[in-house]
Amino acid sequence: MSFEWPWQYNFPPFFTLQPNVDTRQKQLAAWCSLALSYCRHHKLYTLDVMEAQESPVFNNKKIERKLSMEAIQVVFEELRKKGNLEWLDKNKSRCLVMWRRPEEWGKLIYQWVSKNGMVNSVFTLYELSNGDDTEGEEFHGLEEWMLLRSLQALQTEGKAEVITIDDGKGVKFF
Amino acid sequence: MDRFSWSNGLLEINETLVIQQRGVRLYDGDDKAKLDVGVVLLSTHRLIWRDVKNHECCIAMPLSQILFFEEQAAGIGKSAKIVIHLHPTLTNKEPGPYQHSKYSFIKLSFKEHGQIEFYRRLTEEMTQKRWENTPVSQPIPTGTGSQAGRTRAVGIVGIERKIEEKRKETDKNISEAFEDLSKLMVKAKEMVELSRSIANKIKDKQGDITEDETIRFKSYLLSMGIANPVTRETHGSGTHYHLQLAKQLGDMLQAPLELLSPEDLVNACKMFESLKLPLRLRVFDSGVMVVQLQSHSEEEMIASALDSVSDKGSLTAEEFAKLLGLSVLLSKERLLLAEKMGHLCRDDSVEGLRFYPNLF
Repeated sequence: MSFEWPWQYNFPPFFTLQPNVDTRQKQLAAWCSLALSYCRHHKLYTLDVMEAQESPVFNNKKIERKLSMEAIQVVFEELRKKGNLEWLDKNKSRCLVMWRRPEEWGKLIYQWVSKNGMVNSVFTLYELSNGDDTEGEEFHGLEEWMLLRSLQALQTEGKAEVITIDDGKGVKFF
Repeated sequence: MDRFSWSNGLLEINETLVIQQRGVRLYDGDDKAKLDVGVVLLSTHRLIWRDVKNHECCIAMPLSQILFFEEQAAGIGKSAKIVIHLHPTLTNKEPGPYQHSKYSFIKLSFKEHGQIEFYRRLTEEMTQKRWENTPVSQPIPTGTGSQAGRTRAVGIVGIERKIEEKRKETDKNISEAFEDLSKLMVKAKEMVELSRSIANKIKDKQGDITEDETIRFKSYLLSMGIANPVTRETHGSGTHYHLQLAKQLGDMLQAPLELLSPEDLVNACKMFESLKLPLRLRVFDSGVMVVQLQSHSEEEMIASALDSVSDKGSLTAEEFAKLLGLSVLLSKERLLLAEKMGHLCRDDSVEGLRFYPNLF
């Protein structure tokens, strides 16, 4: 299924950081939403800032508008504040994009676990993300680091415990 | 001193130099003339004086201007003088160092003596009146130098003459214009009286005049700028309101003239926006003009800006200026205002700055 661009994407002012505060708030909200849904659609978990500027998300060749580097940083900062983005380096050149936050993933995973009556079971991380049983689930194919965070989030809620199994990691659900 | 005219100091044909004396200071009546010490020359026709340092500063007066003259003996620290009493200025006198003088006499102060001989020669010339026998010819500028010393340069004197003529003409025009203005003021007064009487008639005949007629008359009065005197409410608050408004306008416009024509007032009001004053002149379709607060007109401006932008999809400041017939600066201000109020948003790219309706 091809990605559906929101109406703002073809509205030239969308690519200019608005000076009016109220307008800017709405603009940034739309950008965050677009960035996240784009990453979700393409299952992107990390972004390189330099590459991002040329990516279709921030660069609409059809209307010849692109978001400035300054504006991209503003959008990323907004995402970070909302918990959807994490910088991988001090220079802010690469980041993790969590189009679903760890808590949200954890919730999904736990839902699946309890739906299938597998509470109190133990899983390896691999089994969860790549096992046959989880195929078709949204969290199938989830990158390990993201999965780990999600389980850690559940752990905080007392619904799971991350354990070590053999050489790798696993989880027990409560 | 206003009898003197600028001169090039050159003698005319038939004019002969009689005597000259250095170290002479001129006096306008009892006051020292605003000239330095110079050389005084007596010719058969004129009394000439030239600045020693600046030879181009040279003035002359026909001897016929002299009424009579007398000696004034020297005193302690005071040089000997000759006091020369003069006839009134000729109307066709050429411009000189003095436009007017309250005195009708001058003094020659002889700082380096020589007054006795000068006085004697002056007496001779004034007795003989040789200038009457041999009137000097009108100055004819010649191109050749063969009559060197005889031709009179038109140059500066000609220019000064032209300036003087123009000044007189301007004076005349202004006087005539004000004549018309005075007549207009009289007419205006008549009109005001007429409208007042109409208003009173309306008031008196309130019952007899149809509502339609009344409305029409009221609108005539309004278009003449006279507040409707019929309704008590408007009259009461009207005058007070007008008084306040007039005071504000007076402060704002600070007209230096006592008379301010309606045209000037309107033109001044048109400048409110560019002067960043918080008032605006608004013109209705009927032609009636009102001055309203900026905030009121701001709303209108924003609404109209939004209309224009929506209509065209998007506008740059230049395009908007062309649409409104306003300066680019002013139209940009309006767009920025509408943006500030959240009605417009901007598209800033290499193509320039464009404004769109705020669809966010």
